Amino acid sequence: MPENTHDKPISTPASRVDQSTRELEEMASRGYRYGWTTDIETEIFPKGLNEDIIRALSLRKGEPEWMTEWRLKAYRQWKTMEEPRWAKVSYETPDFQDISYYAAPKTTPRKNSLEEVDPKLLETFEKLGIPLEEQKRLSGVAVDAVFDSVSVATTHRDILARKGIIFCPISEAIRDHPDLVRRYLGSVVPQGDNFYAALNSAVFSDGSFVYIPPGVKCPMDLSTYFRINASQTGQFERTLIIADEGAEVRYLEGCTAPMRDENQLHAAVVELVAHRNAIIRYATVQNWYAGDEEGRGGIYNFVTKRGTCLGENSRISWTQVETGSAITWKYPSCILKGDNSVGEFYSVALTKGRQQADTGTKMIHIGRNTSSTIISKTISAGQSDNSYRGLVRVMPKAENARNYTQCDSLLMGSRCGAHTFPYIDVRNPSARVEHEASTSKISEDQLFYCQARGIRPEDAISLVVNGFCKEVFDHLPMEFAVEASRLLSVSLEGSVG
Amino acid sequence: MLTVKNLRASVNGVEILKGIDFEVKAGEVHAIMGPNGSGKSTFAQVLAGSEAYEVDEAASEVTFLGENLLELPAEERARRGIFLAFQYPVEIPGITNAYFLRAALNEIRKSRGEDPLDPMEFQELLEEKMQLVQLDSAYAERFVNAGFSGGEKKRNEILQLAVLDPKLAILDETDSGLDIDALRIVAEGVNRLRSPERAFILVTHYQRLLNYIVPDYVHVLYKGRIVRSGGRELALELESRGYDWIRDEVEITA
Repeated sequence: MPENTHDKPISTPASRVDQSTRELEEMASRGYRYGWTTDIETEIFPKGLNEDIIRALSLRKGEPEWMTEWRLKAYRQWKTMEEPRWAKVSYETPDFQDISYYAAPKTTPRKNSLEEVDPKLLETFEKLGIPLEEQKRLSGVAVDAVFDSVSVATTHRDILARKGIIFCPISEAIRDHPDLVRRYLGSVVPQGDNFYAALNSAVFSDGSFVYIPPGVKCPMDLSTYFRINASQTGQFERTLIIADEGAEVRYLEGCTAPMRDENQLHAAVVELVAHRNAIIRYATVQNWYAGDEEGRGGIYNFVTKRGTCLGENSRISWTQVETGSAITWKYPSCILKGDNSVGEFYSVALTKGRQQADTGTKMIHIGRNTSSTIISKTISAGQSDNSYRGLVRVMPKAENARNYTQCDSLLMGSRCGAHTFPYIDVRNPSARVEHEASTSKISEDQLFYCQARGIRPEDAISLVVNGFCKEVFDHLPMEFAVEASRLLSVSLEGSVG
Repeated sequence: MLTVKNLRASVNGVEILKGIDFEVKAGEVHAIMGPNGSGKSTFAQVLAGSEAYEVDEAASEVTFLGENLLELPAEERARRGIFLAFQYPVEIPGITNAYFLRAALNEIRKSRGEDPLDPMEFQELLEEKMQLVQLDSAYAERFVNAGFSGGEKKRNEILQLAVLDPKLAILDETDSGLDIDALRIVAEGVNRLRSPERAFILVTHYQRLLNYIVPDYVHVLYKGRIVRSGGRELALELESRGYDWIRDEVEITA
């Protein structure tokens, strides 16, 4: 198995970029704009995990019997599983009995009428830049807002319903669209897929459900905003998106959490199903709290995201901008079953301070003429560690499969690390698989060149980093691209003296 | 405009500039010549504010339009009207020339209290200036110096000069690596940018460039000092006699 690691490859004499690392670390905690909490009365389950908790959770959500059983089956599997240890991250395993598995604002959220949503919640999302009142909203995006364990509001549902599109909290879909949920839930990520997926299957609280009927192009972007508020809880959201034959949808996901000294667990599962000729584009801007400069606190982001290109000519595209979390363990993947199906992964991962990220993708080629593209850009600063880990597998029947992979790493300072772990497994001789990798540093020459044109060093860094990420940002919707670019600038603020 | 007194600078403890005295007035064109390793590029970079060199601030004095230049970081020097055309322009992948140059111009305009140019206004200005160095319109959307030929990079530097409209332009070996056609384009561009308000410092190894851009003064830099100054004829003398006679003369008198 080819494995090439660029371990702290370049060391240079003390430069401004190096000196700046200290300041950058200070900024790491200061720069987080979403670290506040909402003071709201919350119903929290007692800490701990057992079958009774799961039954209580299922009951609390008014779930049918089959769902409760599904959860219990997952839980029983999880108990037999071990936490994965192969990722290049080090942390203390969370104490799963010391976490509360359900937290919800006490006021009953009525999602059909925004007037009835607790004003404090509306305020919270407003402050996060996600105004939920529809008249104020950009008409181009429908939002599902998830606060701790529950969805508090979903906008634009009427317009979508007229096209037969279902966009609602998954808890509601379980009650109102049981046939769809039973058919697809766990079809891409089975309950026992991996340790954290099994845990999620047992205790997932809420998330979004999307169904686009045949031939329908979703008239607006759909978006979910995840907010963790309560302390000592985990967030386990579950998202399921189905694009029926010829359907198209673009889905955006954003996430933030308050600054806390303790680590909080976020273990999500996202499943995508694309039928014949369907297209799903899934974009994430992840900005969970990353912990302070000493590495205290921050979110453990252990996420399983996977899509199946079930039908021929289908297409699934993942775009992610990862700037937050103390630990990231995440591999949005595509299973290319349908002939001529296409999988794409565009990723920017920025780590600073003591952050650790092990992220990448898997492209599994099963159908004929399937193709996949992987563009990964990692930026490491401070004392962080940033790894790309990717698998490209071409199965025996995947005639003429093609993959192109490009992994670029940018290092800032000399105390960070960038690593690339590409796994390539080809079982059909007609396959064409390309892998390119590069590692570079922001150079003093680049900074001086910009300065000599009147540009401050901090703006120069932002310029260089944005240029580095361009191929990925080009795949984000306009507003998301602007947000992502701003996020990188804020994250790197103060990075030179 | 620019007064340099006893400028001393070193890198890693090795003194490169050993006391340079130099003066430039508005409208003048000065050529700085010298053999390899004499400190020509160092001089250019130090004036522009490179932090790769350590300037002996106790001994040295550099004033530009009445201000102590040594106290200013490079970007502030640029905003006050100093421009360095790089010998080796760097690449910034993913950032278009138009974006980069507009960002730079707007920083400079801001510091002068002028309104920033929007992309439309800037595009107009850019297209006008691009003709000066014969760069075609596709250039604006290419990434800064990425995949440029040597000649394109140098022409790009002159284009930046034209757009940023500095008071003092320092050209560091702009002629090196250029074929004769590219050299002519670059030189013509520079000549059209000459004005009574703007001064130039041309750093060059060869006198070839000076056939196209005629300097008012020529200085010879040798081992970190200006050892000889004169008019244009000094460059011609260097051309015919090489640098050896300077070397001999200096070594003997020293």
